[in-house]
Amino acid sequence: MTGSLLVAAMNFHTLLFYLFASLACGFAVGVVVADNVVRMALYLVLSLGATAGLFFLAGAEFIGAMQLMIYVGGTLVLLVFGVMLTAQAPFVSIKTSASDRVLAGVVAASLLALLLQAAFSVEAWRRPGLGEVAPPAATPIGTALVGVRVDDPPPGTPPGVRSGYLLPFEIVSVHLLVVLVGAAYLARAKRRRTPRAIEVAASVAPPVDERRRAGGSASALTAGGVR
Amino acid sequence: MNPVALGTIVPLMAVADGVSVSHYLVVGAILFTAGIVCMAVKRNALGVLMGIELVLNGANVNFVAFASPYLRGQGATSLGIDGQVIALFVILLAAAEAAVALAITLAFYNNHATVDVDRADDLKG
Amino acid sequence: MADFLINSVGLPPWLAWTVVAGVAAFLILNVIAGGALVFIWAERKIAARIQDRLGPTRTGGRFGWLQSLADGIKLLAKEDLMPEGADGLLFRIAPYVSFCASFCAFIALPFAFDFVGQRLNVGVFFVVAVLGLEVFGVILAGYASASKWSLFGAMREAAQVVSYEVPLGMCVVVPVMLAGTMDLVTIAEKQAGWFTNWYLFHDPFTFVVFWVYVTCAVASVNRAPFDLAEAESELVAGFHTEYSGLRWSFFFMAEYGSMFLVSALAAVLFLGGWNGPIPVAKLLGLSAGTGDTAHYFVRLIGCGNLLLKATLGVLVMMWIRWTLPRLRIDQVMTTCLKYCTPIAAAMFAGAMLWQLCLPGGILPGLSRPAGEIREGWIEGPGGAASRPTPAAARAVAEVRP
Repeated sequence: MTGSLLVAAMNFHTLLFYLFASLACGFAVGVVVADNVVRMALYLVLSLGATAGLFFLAGAEFIGAMQLMIYVGGTLVLLVFGVMLTAQAPFVSIKTSASDRVLAGVVAASLLALLLQAAFSVEAWRRPGLGEVAPPAATPIGTALVGVRVDDPPPGTPPGVRSGYLLPFEIVSVHLLVVLVGAAYLARAKRRRTPRAIEVAASVAPPVDERRRAGGSASALTAGGVR
Repeated sequence: MNPVALGTIVPLMAVADGVSVSHYLVVGAILFTAGIVCMAVKRNALGVLMGIELVLNGANVNFVAFASPYLRGQGATSLGIDGQVIALFVILLAAAEAAVALAITLAFYNNHATVDVDRADDLKG
Repeated sequence: MADFLINSVGLPPWLAWTVVAGVAAFLILNVIAGGALVFIWAERKIAARIQDRLGPTRTGGRFGWLQSLADGIKLLAKEDLMPEGADGLLFRIAPYVSFCASFCAFIALPFAFDFVGQRLNVGVFFVVAVLGLEVFGVILAGYASASKWSLFGAMREAAQVVSYEVPLGMCVVVPVMLAGTMDLVTIAEKQAGWFTNWYLFHDPFTFVVFWVYVTCAVASVNRAPFDLAEAESELVAGFHTEYSGLRWSFFFMAEYGSMFLVSALAAVLFLGGWNGPIPVAKLLGLSAGTGDTAHYFVRLIGCGNLLLKATLGVLVMMWIRWTLPRLRIDQVMTTCLKYCTPIAAAMFAGAMLWQLCLPGGILPGLSRPAGEIREGWIEGPGGAASRPTPAAARAVAEVRP
């Protein structure tokens, strides 16, 4: 890359960074502020999508694609399904009392101030990025997960044997299996001890001739077959 | 906001020639704080779960910023691939934990017909 | 192209990059929108012929060429309705979310050797990930329409798309394993030469995986026989019941865009991408390597090849739609979980064993080994001695012509 291209790329990098960062932060604040739980889910999706964009900008393409596939495309779809299953009218917007919100706001502001101060405390973090082109990370990550490190250690790291990540990889695989089984068991449809109102109404037997007529028309419908 | 925070944000915006690790850390901090507020304030159990996701994402942004060779300043060190692998594991574990939390929420909804966490007071003394 | 603009025309760098990005986005948008126009006309004609009738024959001549244009004008002129109980923001934003997901996946799709929006190292992964984001537009549309048909249709469609992502991912991993990289440009480059180099003919496991991929791709884009979610006879019109006019047309551009995308992805992964069945350019002595007029022409022909293969895939999808009956939702789930996923997993294991035992292929004269182990990436017992330098590592990751 020539120097002028580097500068152009850096300027665009800065512009795109501010774009994605403002989207991510703005939608995160939107999640906090929104009352309607479905809108909160939408804002969360957009915020995490913008975070994936930030990952791509930082050169972590593999992690960015992982974020999109697993987090946005998996976890958030799960969350949205949960929202849909429980988004009955009374629960779509539940408001918190004003005093709780004020207290939370004060705590959040002080926490944010602390974190921002920490973000600028180390001088090495404040130097602008050099813009080194990142080597493609898919192969080093893949082989690291199998236990073999093929990446160059970044300059400045102390020498020594660097370990692979085979054990955490196996543990996470078993963990996901356990979570799959456990979540399926926890969320199974249970037999209710007290029936819901609609089940009580349905259990009241309709008059006999209506039942026969209803049965006749239902069989006529299904006789057409599934199209 | 106290003046310390203000005093750090103003020089941040003045940096126009490159994005540094600190910029990403600020984004991570905002996501983290938004997640904490969400967890604290929301009465809907799914809102609390969304707060957890935001917190984990804030942490991920930090990890990726530290691991990025692109953002590395002059003479600084970076985590390299280790940071990206850590971020990967955080994503995986967040997915697993969201699945379990959602299952618990659905079980709660099936039993109590509400997702309001303020109503989960059966064990209250 | 950016270099040309900066060096020859003398534009400042930021303007050059903006122009390049704008041109790329414009071209991709034209592919989607123009493709949608052509495919709508083609669908009506194909449906008609399969049903033994003629289809559009009046608008614009004997074959109804301008029928799509007439449809577009009708849709633009329709009243913009919104149901009363609908959530305004979500109702309006849903078609755009769907369309954006479909459009974003084209960023990483290569149309020829250097005709790619952004050459990502994790191209395959990115495309499959973004394809799965279309489901958000569907769910939002279904919820925001405040109608139970929409909600049922949206939930079924979301469940279907999410379930079929699993075998789709496994099918897509097989060519990645054969090529040794997730870079779509590299995967297609490795299939250059005669058509026997295509991964479709590489080994019988990949052949079966291709057909499983076709099934999963058709299910992923909610085309018949998997279109229970938008079937007229089942759920009125599923998640887009309450949409009319331009908003509805966005959903359909997203659907046709996704159909084109999965066909083009199949072409790149299994059918050699932009390489034709006969390596005409290589026989003539040209190559697509560096930026020159002759090479540009070769790349254009390659782009035409890919568009032809993708269009063929879309036409086959239309043919399937009007031939096969619709599956019930439990049959859809059974197909995914009991047939597609185990078959894809077994074929993946088979392809892996084939790579281990027969890396040279069964016809050494015509094909060449795919995904040969690259020297330098494996850390041998020597440790630091076999570690590659960053420059060597980057060179190894580049395309080998």
